[in-house]
Amino acid sequence: MWLPAAIVMVVCMLACIARIFIGPGAPTRLAAFDTTNTLVVALMVVLAIMFEQVIFVDVAIVYALLSFIMTLYVARFIEGKKF
Amino acid sequence: MRFIVTAVVAYLLYLVLTIGSGTLLLWNEAELIIGAIFALVVAALVKNRYLKKSLRMLNPVRWFIWLIYLFLFFFAMAQANVDVAYRVITGRINPGIVKISPRLKNDMSLTLLANSITLTPGTLSVDVEEETNDMYIHWINVKPDVLKEMPRDYHPICNSFPDWARRIAG
Amino acid sequence: MGALNIVTYVFIGVGLFFNAVGSFGLNRFPDVYTRLHAATKCTTFGSMFLILAVIVQSASIWVMEGALSSQSVLSIHAIIALVVLLITNATSAHAIARAAHRSGEKPARAVVDDLEGKDIND
Repeated sequence: MWLPAAIVMVVCMLACIARIFIGPGAPTRLAAFDTTNTLVVALMVVLAIMFEQVIFVDVAIVYALLSFIMTLYVARFIEGKKF
Repeated sequence: MRFIVTAVVAYLLYLVLTIGSGTLLLWNEAELIIGAIFALVVAALVKNRYLKKSLRMLNPVRWFIWLIYLFLFFFAMAQANVDVAYRVITGRINPGIVKISPRLKNDMSLTLLANSITLTPGTLSVDVEEETNDMYIHWINVKPDVLKEMPRDYHPICNSFPDWARRIAG
Repeated sequence: MGALNIVTYVFIGVGLFFNAVGSFGLNRFPDVYTRLHAATKCTTFGSMFLILAVIVQSASIWVMEGALSSQSVLSIHAIIALVVLLITNATSAHAIARAAHRSGEKPARAVVDDLEGKDIND
């Protein structure tokens, strides 16, 4: 039951990645990238129960935290501030 | 006091993350000892950043109000998502940026309010003025009768979330 | 087990629908703020329901197999992932919106803009 869900998630991710390439301006690209990160975290949790690998969920938690910090720093950079 | 609270929170987080690793009450002895050492180190490093001066969030009444708020908030969030899905499919939008004055005092309640606003019907917090704590909110469907008076009424924009935020963390 | 499977299917269906709406709205709306509306709310809600489906399924296996099952770790860590996702998504949407307005993006088709021309320093 998890494989079709994973395939639909990958299709959603491809739509977001298309917006990363065509989107006008840096904030739009960053928004699309953040959406892709959310979908990656959800997909990792689904893959964890599909393959019965608990370590995938830990990877998902660390990925969520690191991508959050990366989004904050890139947003700060787009504002044009010193760090 | 701040040191102890930070260490306890860090240790609890470590214990939740390493649950099911051994036989001593679900944990391994090595994990318990290493977690205690790391919790003390982390508490020594970040105690001034994690907690500011007051310790009023330790009051259990505030946690209870927060739990009630979570239920209300979940229904508002579901409604928000149906609303946004409708707007995505029909493409019927009327956006604008409005300014509200929630009259909140401290950072904790402002953070709670901004996160609630971002996740609920058609609103997205954009910016905060530091001195007066006024918030600028992007609203996807601006109602015309809110625009008549300049200190905007916040009830049509974000229900009564500012009152809840004041009750929880104010 | 049958009822739990139905609940899981319903959660997966709701989650996938909202994820699809979110990534579709990201490609459909005119400017960055409305895109953030679609992206943040819909994908957070959809991912929340997908993770809830995983939690329901693994917790049912945990109850069936007893306390020392490896599924216990999976369901508890999935709850932590859900909490992290809920907190970080709202904050990063706020950060992107603020960065967009300070870098000079105008909201498209806006009827009112109270923040127009203000220079806020912190």
